[in-house]
Amino acid sequence: MLDYMRSNRREVIAGLVLIALLATYLGTHPRGASTYVMTIWANQCLILGLAACAQFFAVVVRGIDLSVGAVMALTNCIASYLLDGSASGIAFGMVAVVAAGALCGLLNGVIIVFGRIQPIVVTLATASVFIGIALLLRPTPGGAVNYDLADAMTLDFLGIPTALVITAVAVVGFWLPFRRTGLGLGLYALGSSEQAAFQSGIDTRFIRLAAFTLAGLFGGLAGLFYSFVTTTGDAGIAAGFTLNSIAAVVLGGVLLRGGVGSLVGALAGAFILKTIASLMFFSGIPSLAQPLFEGLILAGAIAIGGADVLRARNKLEVYS
Amino acid sequence: MRSAITLDSLMPFFGVVVLILAGSVFFPQVLSAGYLTQQLQIAAFLGLLATGATIVILLGHIDLSVPWVLTGAAILSTALVGTGNPVLSAIAVPAALAFGALIGVINAMGVAILRIPSMVWTLAVNSMLLGLAVLNTGGFNPKGQSSPLMVAMASGDILGLPISFLVWIAISLILGYVLTRTPFGRYLRSIGFNEKATFLSGVSTPSVLFVAFAIAGMCSALGGVMLAGYANQAYQSMGDPFLLPTIAAVVIGGTSILGGRGGLFGTIGGALFITLLTSILSVMQIDDAWRNIIFGVIILAMLLFQTLRKGAVA
Repeated sequence: MLDYMRSNRREVIAGLVLIALLATYLGTHPRGASTYVMTIWANQCLILGLAACAQFFAVVVRGIDLSVGAVMALTNCIASYLLDGSASGIAFGMVAVVAAGALCGLLNGVIIVFGRIQPIVVTLATASVFIGIALLLRPTPGGAVNYDLADAMTLDFLGIPTALVITAVAVVGFWLPFRRTGLGLGLYALGSSEQAAFQSGIDTRFIRLAAFTLAGLFGGLAGLFYSFVTTTGDAGIAAGFTLNSIAAVVLGGVLLRGGVGSLVGALAGAFILKTIASLMFFSGIPSLAQPLFEGLILAGAIAIGGADVLRARNKLEVYS
Repeated sequence: MRSAITLDSLMPFFGVVVLILAGSVFFPQVLSAGYLTQQLQIAAFLGLLATGATIVILLGHIDLSVPWVLTGAAILSTALVGTGNPVLSAIAVPAALAFGALIGVINAMGVAILRIPSMVWTLAVNSMLLGLAVLNTGGFNPKGQSSPLMVAMASGDILGLPISFLVWIAISLILGYVLTRTPFGRYLRSIGFNEKATFLSGVSTPSVLFVAFAIAGMCSALGGVMLAGYANQAYQSMGDPFLLPTIAAVVIGGTSILGGRGGLFGTIGGALFITLLTSILSVMQIDDAWRNIIFGVIILAMLLFQTLRKGAVA
């Protein structure tokens, strides 16, 4: 157990911070720890959580995805057309929405791998394209999502918020098995050292393609879940989510230089970020001062994470 | 300017010529002197921001605090002028520049001392500035006005050339000289290539980072002051639409996002290209959706062309 905690130090710290924040939140909330409060909290957290998962896959291979929010906006707009009508139609629609996200990610990957352009620049440009397509679909917010389905996904399951169930499924059903596969290990190998990975016979191009496709896929899932929560399509949601997803993965202990971190950390980081925002709302801080406090807390958390550097024994360690 | 003018940095200038010729086929007025000088005037705002961004990107870092440094400088300068006090009005522009330099120093503290990735730290600084601005103005559009100096810098002209454009080019020339002819410029590039090696050769790398981020902050602040002069006021979120075009302008200008390679000459072309592209797309009355798509595709095409050309040579 101690070994586990030591080797997953970053996730453990993020988890503890999250628990402390959540306890404070539920303690200060006027309605306490009811299912209702938990459900709203979990829904908000999961939207950003899935966006952070998308960002994680790009960051772990030493990239960055500035199109996460744009993919969410696009898939959200697609969902607002497809998620209504017959049951089979809706089922097809959900698959199509996620597939559209994965396709966006694949496009990013193809340009990055075969065009040999830096991910940050590629996704900056493709984000503009994705938002353009989203605006074609929904020039103004609108559309509808089947209410029964939306309710099923965003309320609770035997008293447990469905969003938390989905989070658990994503971690236990997808991430834990996935990181043991060749692809899962390959992501870390590529992120730690591309040259070493290449020389060990890993197909680095395939891994990078897969990483960005997964990023797109999770962006699509985030867009899908966002559609369940809001039940409309809106092309204007991109900007906030992209930047917050980067902040979330960093808070969750994922290193921007690649190869370090996990999906659990990314989720925890996103939950922390959203909990802080909810906490502000009930904290009694004047509403005008809240954005400043949010910024201060974000900066403080990141600065504490960076304080590791003060412990460096040798000045050269700083420049690794 | 040994390495300043490369084929990569000439690319956006070719792009500008192509855009003007193609635009003039559909709209002859694109060739008029009035339209072209107006584009130079508007390009200066993006160009100043991109000048600061180029310096930070040459280091291998990035500055995401541009939007709210710009807005903050605009709010600060217009508020000082708005007091009506002649002394405060006179120091409005220097105060805004000092504000930009201060934020640059804060950015550099996180990046150089705490070693936080610049992409995250400048983002956090940006959100703190946003918070300060909201707290300060109550979420409404800030009160105040622009001084005659600010208006002149943004909208005046000398011998038919917009002053904003002249200011931008003058600053680019000065910084271009600094980048190519002084030790500071060499250290800047070498940090972009390999920070560890630069440190080991005895360069005080943190001080280079501090100066570079402070210059970038001042460029953003000056951009904010001129935008406030242009609009005759400051408004919330006035900087948000500039963040991504700024990075695009730098990269199209042939500066490597990884640092070390590139220069200000290409950035001038990049800023002109992006401004002209945006302008022609809106002259053609293409709706927002297609404008976004075309914008993204053209930037991708230019970048692909740059790398494919290199692939053919290597």
